[in-house]
Amino acid sequence: MNCIVCLKQVPDTETQIKIAQDGMSVVTDNIKWVMNPYDEYAVEEALRLREKFGGEVTVVGVGPKRVTESIRTALAMGADKGILVDDPSAAGSDSLGIARILAAVIKDLDYQLILCGKQGVDDDYGVVGSVLAELLGIPQISVVVKLEVSEDGATIKAHREVEGGTLVIESPLPALVTAQKGLNEPRYASLPGIMKAKKKPLDVKTVADLGLDAAQVGEGGAKIKVLKLSPPAEREAGKMVDGETPEEKAANLAKLLREEAKVI
Amino acid sequence: MAQGIWIVAEQREGELRKISYELVSEGRRLADQLGQPLTALLLGSNIKEKASDLGKYGADKVIVADDERLATYTTDAYAAVIAELAQAHEPAIILLGASVQGKDLSGRLAAKLGAGVAQDCVEFSIDNGSLVAKRPIYAGKAYATVTYKDSVPQIATARPNVLELNEPDESRSAEVVDASFSLDDSQLKTKVVELQQEAGGKIDLTEAERIVSGGRGMKGPENYNILEELADLIEATVGASRSAVDAGWRPHSDQVGQTGKVVSPNLYIACGISGAIQHLAGMSTSKVIVAINKDPEAPIFQKADYGVVGDLFDVVPALTEQIRKLT
Repeated sequence: MNCIVCLKQVPDTETQIKIAQDGMSVVTDNIKWVMNPYDEYAVEEALRLREKFGGEVTVVGVGPKRVTESIRTALAMGADKGILVDDPSAAGSDSLGIARILAAVIKDLDYQLILCGKQGVDDDYGVVGSVLAELLGIPQISVVVKLEVSEDGATIKAHREVEGGTLVIESPLPALVTAQKGLNEPRYASLPGIMKAKKKPLDVKTVADLGLDAAQVGEGGAKIKVLKLSPPAEREAGKMVDGETPEEKAANLAKLLREEAKVI
Repeated sequence: MAQGIWIVAEQREGELRKISYELVSEGRRLADQLGQPLTALLLGSNIKEKASDLGKYGADKVIVADDERLATYTTDAYAAVIAELAQAHEPAIILLGASVQGKDLSGRLAAKLGAGVAQDCVEFSIDNGSLVAKRPIYAGKAYATVTYKDSVPQIATARPNVLELNEPDESRSAEVVDASFSLDDSQLKTKVVELQQEAGGKIDLTEAERIVSGGRGMKGPENYNILEELADLIEATVGASRSAVDAGWRPHSDQVGQTGKVVSPNLYIACGISGAIQHLAGMSTSKVIVAINKDPEAPIFQKADYGVVGDLFDVVPALTEQIRKLT
């Protein structure tokens, strides 16, 4: 069973986000770049499926050279090979553009399952997976917390998180699933894994290599245009609730919530 | 030329979800600004009687797609039907909920229509005839204001619990029409096997009006009962910080923050949560924030409307008791 994992590199979740002078981008100096946390679950699930069914795990990323590090991390976890599309014309792509690039990479590969993180924790779109599935003409199941593959490897049953419950969905393969936290506990790369990863194949391609027209990707091909970035509204400093004892504080708080905030 | 605003109403087991009314309310405001009609799409099975409610909240027209195969949401069926209808009627704007369903559907629909999609928006306006949407990025550490370029339609999803609800107007009614669509069984690849409802039928964090959340200060899973008691009393949903989830005290579906759920309730009570940046990002759009923490220096107090410095094991039960007295 061959799995493909789509991987994004994002700022670590502990990062303070500062908006650049141009008001259109974030300051990227001193950012610690990591594999998108949801993509870690996707990599881990692919590795577990390979352990059970055999086959290969291919990791595909789009972005500048630094993304190589995150692909190497996936290879160190155990993935077999990586593909990076590194092309300045891809910069500024929206979800549609990124999905077009991924589809162009993946369409000629032999695969049964594509795994993506449920969203990038930077732009928070969560759209690339479903656009990619549509472009490839395969079914999608998103926000998956449990995945079972039938013994014959022909169908999957996925549990997806919905408001107030879990939906169990069955799909034939090939299919695309997006990973939610809880799907598994991703492994750490071992030292031998890190050494081995250095020798694993990592192809770097350009948009032209994929037979894509540069006008279809990047800023030119984007349907969504960013007008500006802004910081969140500052919350006004609140008040500390007085009281000598916990009971007094609780009584004062209850009163404030009822009479001033009117929320209980 | 593409014209009109569509909203995609959401139902589960035949009942309209609150986000549907939020979408109609916002759609009405945008339609008035544009001077164009507002149409609600309603997909389901034996669902037609729900159409009049959408009219009361502001829809001029409701297109009902009634089919057994649409009773429960599936990506295949819903995306195929809505795309077909959109191609036939050419709306300028389609709004969906940024619910699990809407977020699953929006990308698929956008890809079918070759359109742009802005996900999980919290504010909309019209500029020069185009939709402008404001959406949190980095889980709310910043906001992006976006618009569309050569996109027909302009697709966006709206975060639940954020947009203002209209007062229903009993005298308003919408024109209700049956959708004409061709849904071929060969298009339906996935199948819903079952819906496992969570015990107690509690409201999801993303839709909750009130949340009582516990972090590392809870010291262990066995202590969450004091939060549950308070939550039961004020009809709140219990949430957790990442450290509580990573410690295995609470299920991941309870996690609030950048790698959990982003929430905007009317009231958020943070108990024993210090306020790591990734947590604050996930709850700082709550209308009223209460922090209860032993450490007066905890960053959570910077975001809180009301802060209580004290031991949550004393303060929370006392608060429950005091609120019980008020009611």
